[in-house]
Amino acid sequence: MISSLITQILGGLALASALMVILSKHPVRSVLYLVVTFFFISGLYIMMNAQFLAIVNIIVYAGAIMVLFLFVLMLLNLNKESEPLTPMISKVIAISSGGLLFVVLLGALKNVLLAGKTHGMTLSNIGLVKQLGNELFTHYVVPFEISSILFISAMVGAILLAKKENLILE
Amino acid sequence: METFFWIDKLVLVVILFLISLGIAAYQTYFERKLAAWIQDRVGPDRAGPFGILQPIADGVKMFLKEDFTPSNADRWLFIIGPGIAMFTSLITSAIIPWGPDLHLFGRTISLQVAELNIGILFAFGVISIGVYGIMIGGWSSNNKYSLFGAIRASSQMISYELAMGISAITIIMISGSLDLREIVQSQAGMNWNIFYQPVAFVVFFICALAETNRAPFDLPECENELIGGYHTEYSSMKLGLFLFSEYVAMFVSSAIMAILFFGGYNFPGMDYFAESPNLLAVLGLSVFFLKIFLFIFVFMWIRWTIPRFRFDQLMHLGWKVLIPIALVNMLITGFVTAWSNGWF
Repeated sequence: MISSLITQILGGLALASALMVILSKHPVRSVLYLVVTFFFISGLYIMMNAQFLAIVNIIVYAGAIMVLFLFVLMLLNLNKESEPLTPMISKVIAISSGGLLFVVLLGALKNVLLAGKTHGMTLSNIGLVKQLGNELFTHYVVPFEISSILFISAMVGAILLAKKENLILE
Repeated sequence: METFFWIDKLVLVVILFLISLGIAAYQTYFERKLAAWIQDRVGPDRAGPFGILQPIADGVKMFLKEDFTPSNADRWLFIIGPGIAMFTSLITSAIIPWGPDLHLFGRTISLQVAELNIGILFAFGVISIGVYGIMIGGWSSNNKYSLFGAIRASSQMISYELAMGISAITIIMISGSLDLREIVQSQAGMNWNIFYQPVAFVVFFICALAETNRAPFDLPECENELIGGYHTEYSSMKLGLFLFSEYVAMFVSSAIMAILFFGGYNFPGMDYFAESPNLLAVLGLSVFFLKIFLFIFVFMWIRWTIPRFRFDQLMHLGWKVLIPIALVNMLITGFVTAWSNGWF
């Protein structure tokens, strides 16, 4: 009873802070609200007994990726004067296409939500590290290794792009 | 039973909070005394005998100063910044197993606030969000020196987190658990991880210096380039919180290092006290704090011995020296672990 109440409160707060990401005027504040959103989502993971997922979400998203976002935004010195003016027509198009996407997603997912609502809540050990490791390295070992190769190739590509000018000069 | 559990935890939280703040306050005193000793001076000796009331005088001074907010600062973020810094320093102490279980009033009292099975990852999560306090504080002051301090702090912390995490993975590999209490228990007696993982310890220690912004990695607040770094615009107790959080972080990271590499509350000859668990708990607690104080001493010793790095040297050390060493060390540990388990 209490846990479902907490889940609902966390979900509401996550939604509210996600809305604040797009409603706040200043980009740095948007990023900070996004960080807050990640914390609430981690809270939801904890309520679903997925502690490992929750903490990795915080380490990777809130702790690394968002720090880089903030890092770049702080250097850009954005303010009211430098904000580009968008014409009315593109605003209208953006709103209507976003709304259409929302309707499509709602139509596609409205039955899925009800079916998967309580999934994992009853099993007490579903999200623990041991279970996760066993699953990853037995059933899903091939996709897991392939995704790690994908990450390495992305990393090598990023370094190559960053070093490209020096290579040409040499 | 449930209510007793909550009362235990509440008392433990309050005691831990007071101990962390008290130790942080007296760290400032010992830092100055040690600096004076290393530089052949006397150090603070006016407030009380040997100047031991100096931290209290400093605290009173901090509270009585004018609390000034720059007119172009982002008001809310300016207030939140030091709060986040202090919060992230203090919260890690919740997962540290401070000693063996106490047996009082016919009940077993655990000296650990939260027994998480992801303990060490929680510590890394808190470390990785710790940078927000400095970043928000530095950016919201609307001062270029503060911004430079914040940027230096964030790039330094991101770089050294990697090597720190990789060197901690070796400890997870050889103890087979993420739970800090299990890591401590796997080092019972004198079976400490430092004897198996000296390289990981050196890397971890250097990274801990960088993560707590201690010299020689105190570039975010280096006074001869950036005035005061990220806290240039801060005054009164907000500045106090920033300075204080550094000392609390030093205390907590010393505790983490003692747990991961020096056996936490374990000491040789523990088996003789198996009959009296309360005596064992008290002894374990004192041994643990002794180890923490030794680390704090080494932190301060390094600060007054080694000059500060240049920023490119800092990045070079982090990315091109520490991360490769930690990676090779992790691979060797993996092979040895697999070999000794007979996997190939």
